[in-house]
Amino acid sequence: MNRINKTLNGDKKLLSIYFTAGYPKLEDTVKIIKDLETSGVDFIEIGLPFSDPLADGPTIQESSTQALKNGMTTNMLFNQLKDIRETVKIPLIIMGYFNPMLQYGVEKFCQKCQEAGIDGLIIPDLPVNVYNEEYKAIFEHYGIINIFLITPQTSEERIRFIDSVSDGFIYMVSSASVTGSTKGFGEDTKAYFKRISAMNLKNPQIIGFGINDKETFNQATEFATGAIIGSAFVKHLTASGTNKTSSFIKALRDL
Amino acid sequence: MTYQANEKGYYGDFGGAFIPEMLYPNVEELRSQYLDIMKEESFQKEFNYLLKEYVGRPTPLYFAERFSNKYKTKVYLKREDLCHTGAHKINNTVGQILMAKRLGKTRIIAETGAGQHGVATATVCALMGIECIVYMGEVDIKRQAPNVARMKMLGATVVPAKSGSRTLKDATNEAIRDWINNPVDTHYIIGSVVGPHPYPDMVARFQAVISEEIKIQLKEKENRENPDYVVACVGGGSNAAGAYFHYLDNPEVGIIAVEAAGKGIYTGESAATSALGKEGIIHGSKTLLMQTYDGQITEPYSISAGLDYPGVGPMHANLFRTGRGEFISITDEAAMQAGIELAKLEGIIPAIETSHALAIFKDRKFKEDDIVVVNLSGRGDKDLSTYIDYFNL
Ligand SMILES: Cc1ncc(COP(=O)(O)O)c(C=O)c1O
Repeated sequence: MNRINKTLNGDKKLLSIYFTAGYPKLEDTVKIIKDLETSGVDFIEIGLPFSDPLADGPTIQESSTQALKNGMTTNMLFNQLKDIRETVKIPLIIMGYFNPMLQYGVEKFCQKCQEAGIDGLIIPDLPVNVYNEEYKAIFEHYGIINIFLITPQTSEERIRFIDSVSDGFIYMVSSASVTGSTKGFGEDTKAYFKRISAMNLKNPQIIGFGINDKETFNQATEFATGAIIGSAFVKHLTASGTNKTSSFIKALRDL
Repeated sequence: MTYQANEKGYYGDFGGAFIPEMLYPNVEELRSQYLDIMKEESFQKEFNYLLKEYVGRPTPLYFAERFSNKYKTKVYLKREDLCHTGAHKINNTVGQILMAKRLGKTRIIAETGAGQHGVATATVCALMGIECIVYMGEVDIKRQAPNVARMKMLGATVVPAKSGSRTLKDATNEAIRDWINNPVDTHYIIGSVVGPHPYPDMVARFQAVISEEIKIQLKEKENRENPDYVVACVGGGSNAAGAYFHYLDNPEVGIIAVEAAGKGIYTGESAATSALGKEGIIHGSKTLLMQTYDGQITEPYSISAGLDYPGVGPMHANLFRTGRGEFISITDEAAMQAGIELAKLEGIIPAIETSHALAIFKDRKFKEDDIVVVNLSGRGDKDLSTYIDYFNL
């Protein structure tokens, strides 16, 4: 069984953290992963930086631009992650845009993920139908779970369809927005969380986008198996560097 | 075999809709309705009325006698420069604003590079009394001050794109982000035959009026509907798509696409996508684009802001790959000389984008009785300061 499914089986409210690989410094990737694990994070999304991240707000864009300036590449990321499974046990997911994967070769990318012990991928601009028709067999061959997104605008029919082709979890985008908005959750958003929760989907849901503190984390996990924090952690790295990860995580949840 | 889009929005290997799920409802709403809406009689009536009375169509198909004599072939110029706002761009924005109204949208967003598409969008929004937000790279805002002022006069809000390289591709990213953030009330008017399906096909259909008119006009003048060649410059490729549209599947008509070589194809300062690009994904479309070996999209360069895009529309990627289109790239210098030449020979000052198409005649020879239609996509008013600086006028 894939590490993602194992982790989701427990009844703990899961905390996942996103960060951009190669940011703030090129060589920070492994340290950040290890510190996140020892701080009690349940799984990690490692951002493969892209020049034109359409679904991301300014925080993740800027960290991506900086990571690329630092010299991050697909090859470099796989080199950095080569020995990660000697120490790190929690699920690791790479989140990135499709073009760099396409240039690397989708099959080679999946193979490298398997070698490094990466459990899943989140590729916002690879649509479900293209994945099913062209890439599903490759992902399955290498045991890589592909995670799909839903939003408040996704129709019930399409949610059921995405659920039927998903494994691991469904990434529930909290609001109609790019990453990094900090509006907090209003009644509409909570109604959407409830609506999805009541659909009894086969896959658990993890909520992401707009979660930036303990309050929003708790609100989200009231309705879902877990929540993902991205921009807020990247901001923390920008402001406080890589030595204060555990205090950031501690402030997020009651242990 | 057809060179038009299939029902999934593919031109051969290229096209499709590689969009994040957040955009799916918006794009799907458009995709499922655009053909039906365009077929409605009331839509056609309103579209044709506005093209005639507001844009000033049909634009002339003008026989350029002195230019033809110089290059020893028969050259006709399709005068899109005479359209309201000075370029072909408005054919598309008129079509899309009518589409947006029928979809019940109350807010329009657009991206712009040089500002031509921004102005054309702001214009139709003023015409319809609809809110208009135009994203424009911070760098371009500085380079294209008169068009920024025009958009403001027309009531649009111009929002600087501050991410990445702060030019056209980043303005497009920002417009897409805006659409993600405003999925219900907003329509995104893309300015060329780029982006996810159905945009390339929809924009091509709105621009198709160009070749529809060429057929009728050429019949009147030459007693034949088909020229030997149609020539157009390609940034994203909308004026070219319109000029080729009704000839795509007619092998008797040669298709010539002209890209910007900038300072030279291999100087690192170029926008010659067919020569430098590789298959990949940009702005939701699988096409040819300029990128690093690692799949990061690179910044193109051309003296003309309208050709300064790192990709081409999927229709053109397919014309290139299949060999249906002949692709030529033209340097800044050759384009600028061709612009001045047309001004002196015909009394027409072309947009610098268009000057690229005119520049091919120096090296690309045609037969004396060939009929070559060049799509004169826009006028040079917006480029005066570039012409002035370049030639010390
Ligand atoms: C006059 C003119 N021609 C051509 C272009 C290039 O666009 P496209 O390739 O979509 O026609 C532009 C873009 O701004 C333009 O203003």
